[in-house]
Amino acid sequence: MACGCAERIDEELLEPFLSQEGINAKGNLIAILQKAQDIYGYLPAEILAYIARRTGIKPAKIMSVVTFYTQFRLKPVGKNLILLCQGTACHVNGSTVIEGAIQDTLGVGEGDISPDGLFTYNNVACIGCCSLAPVMMIGEKAYGGLTKAKAAQILKGIGQEQEGREGQEGQGQAGREGAAV
Amino acid sequence: MRITVGKGSCGIAAGASEVFDRLEGGLLASDSFSVTATGCIGTCYLEPIVNVEADVEADTKVHTFVRVTPAAAAEILKFARNLPSDAGKYAIAPEDLDVLGGQQRIALRNCGVINPESIDEYMARQGYEAYQTCVQARTPEEVIEEIKISGLSGRGGAGFPTWFKWNAARGAPGEEKYIICNADEGDPGAFMDRALIEGDPHAVLEGMMIAAYAIGAREGMIYVRAEYPLAIIRLGKALEQAREKGLLGEGIMGRDFSFDIRIKAGAGAFVCGEETALIASLEGERGMPRIRPPFPAQSGYRRKPSNINNVETYANIPWIIRSGGAAFAAMGTENSKGAKVFALAGKIAKGGLVEVAMGKTINDVVYGVGGGITGGKAFKAVQMGGPSGGCIPASLGDTMIDYRTLAATGAIMGSGGMVVMDESTCMVDIARFFLDFTCKESCGKCTHCRVGNRRMLEILDRICDGHGQEGDVDLLYNLAVQIKDGSLCALGQTAPNPVLTTIRYFRHEYEDHILHKKCTAHHCKQLLTYTIDDKQCIGCTMCALECAANAIEGRFRQAHAIDQEKCDKCGVCAEMCHAVSVE
Repeated sequence: MACGCAERIDEELLEPFLSQEGINAKGNLIAILQKAQDIYGYLPAEILAYIARRTGIKPAKIMSVVTFYTQFRLKPVGKNLILLCQGTACHVNGSTVIEGAIQDTLGVGEGDISPDGLFTYNNVACIGCCSLAPVMMIGEKAYGGLTKAKAAQILKGIGQEQEGREGQEGQGQAGREGAAV
Repeated sequence: MRITVGKGSCGIAAGASEVFDRLEGGLLASDSFSVTATGCIGTCYLEPIVNVEADVEADTKVHTFVRVTPAAAAEILKFARNLPSDAGKYAIAPEDLDVLGGQQRIALRNCGVINPESIDEYMARQGYEAYQTCVQARTPEEVIEEIKISGLSGRGGAGFPTWFKWNAARGAPGEEKYIICNADEGDPGAFMDRALIEGDPHAVLEGMMIAAYAIGAREGMIYVRAEYPLAIIRLGKALEQAREKGLLGEGIMGRDFSFDIRIKAGAGAFVCGEETALIASLEGERGMPRIRPPFPAQSGYRRKPSNINNVETYANIPWIIRSGGAAFAAMGTENSKGAKVFALAGKIAKGGLVEVAMGKTINDVVYGVGGGITGGKAFKAVQMGGPSGGCIPASLGDTMIDYRTLAATGAIMGSGGMVVMDESTCMVDIARFFLDFTCKESCGKCTHCRVGNRRMLEILDRICDGHGQEGDVDLLYNLAVQIKDGSLCALGQTAPNPVLTTIRYFRHEYEDHILHKKCTAHHCKQLLTYTIDDKQCIGCTMCALECAANAIEGRFRQAHAIDQEKCDKCGVCAEMCHAVSVE
């Protein structure tokens, strides 16, 4: 289950953070949500309800904050999260062409998980590597000077490498761990 | 002697970490030098960059190696040991050395020079001297006066006098006051604040500490974009070191002055760069702006007097206190003092981070510092100020970098993004690009911004798709004026600027799109026509095989032709064969 949706969501993982002194306040809602996304890879509905119960903040209020900020995701993501830069410098240097290549290679649109469960791509505002434009980030690593062919080749390379060691990492979580190549 | 490797985000993206690891791993016990990481020196196009700094007394020369591969690390180690090596292949070219020559580095004074994770290296370059001077020997009023003399104005874009904000916050009633640093750098195409924090975090902290002393704040916050993980890590380390040295905490330097700083990671919303929206976000709310007045100086974070400045503004403060406000005011023009950091990107030969004195011209930056346009194409325009700014055409290249003269062109100084465009950039598409960005980032509070920008985007979309109608340009103009009038915050008030400036300077491109269905920059796909030159076509059939729309017909070894009705303008044929021409 690469998408992780069949796994039970363990509320207890967030509890130590919520129990910290001073954290359980309205002013820290964004920090709580960031921590939750860090743990679960996205923000499952159960967890949002749990945060509401624990903090006393109304669910509608929490939802309004979650949907306001681009960082927060309500859907799980593939094992590797691709951030495709859509900053001005990348746009001028052809980032739309790169997006086409990623779509063709993965066979899915923005925000969806590829059929093999390995990738999700998101368009993001500038990631600040303008001199390497066009750029994408996979995990912590940035890939610059992209062309259609180069982007496709990078994704295929990561795909092959990770399928090779299938089963080693069972936690279908966001791409913080696997991406280093 | 030591070896330094530029490890900013851009350097790391170019492979600086591998180079650093190879250098460090290759060190021998007998070596008399160390390997240190520094921040971004600014010449991003040369990354990864390695400096070999000889002993200052014996030899002041710094040997710079550029585009260093992991394999070249061994050669550089040989060079540092005075052994014969191939390191010369990577030595910086003389014309690239000049890049730093045309600059005036104040905010960037330590970037790429010191190890950003070492407070001792910062202090060795007069770091925290200004802070000590202020706390021990000056009254808060004297500090504010010095900033007033310097003429420093807000580097985040608006250019509001810094001393005025400080003075207002100092004069506001109440004991509980806050210092906030705006590091929510959201302009696409701008990376000044990231590089500054990554390269010299202590300079920003020192500026905040001096501000805290001046206005009487006990608590400070830095609101950083979550997309800048390295900046957050380095700020965290810098804060710890400052606390250890007693520069933050209770009773600082034995005086009745206490101050500490926290980091708050943003969650991704461009509008949070607006100060009242930023405060709402700090309070855990949706980042929506509110009406000013009251200004944050009267009622900001937790409804208490708060002073918000940009990263670069704070980084200038220690220099001003140390060198005197008059020295800062001596640089620049009558109404813009000091120097400004710019992130040069786009179709520029030598992209990167530069700091130039106010009063230089756009041409000085593009040609002098930036080395002109890549690939020898013609310079068309420079976009300044991101989604709030505008496009300045090449014909106005002698415009001075000065808040007023830039505003007169319809663009703004902005926070420092400078995206250079050449003849292959379609200006209608650029306007659409920025409007698409502001539409997505509008918080939705004001109708004109929420709905009006969307309508403008739809018009631009249809112009780029070849369905533009006569009168569209005037319609865009009318909408733009109303959106500017009808929006509460700077996001809405400035969102139409990219459209207005492109209409002002490149109206003919709009007309080409609308009336003649042509995109002279060959960018808007739907306006292109692909044809095969039957004299050049050898009938290899490759294009016909690749064409997803099945629009190419022809027999083996006979000239092929494109059915214009079927062609979906994907451009695959033109990419693979020189016999296909694009008009």
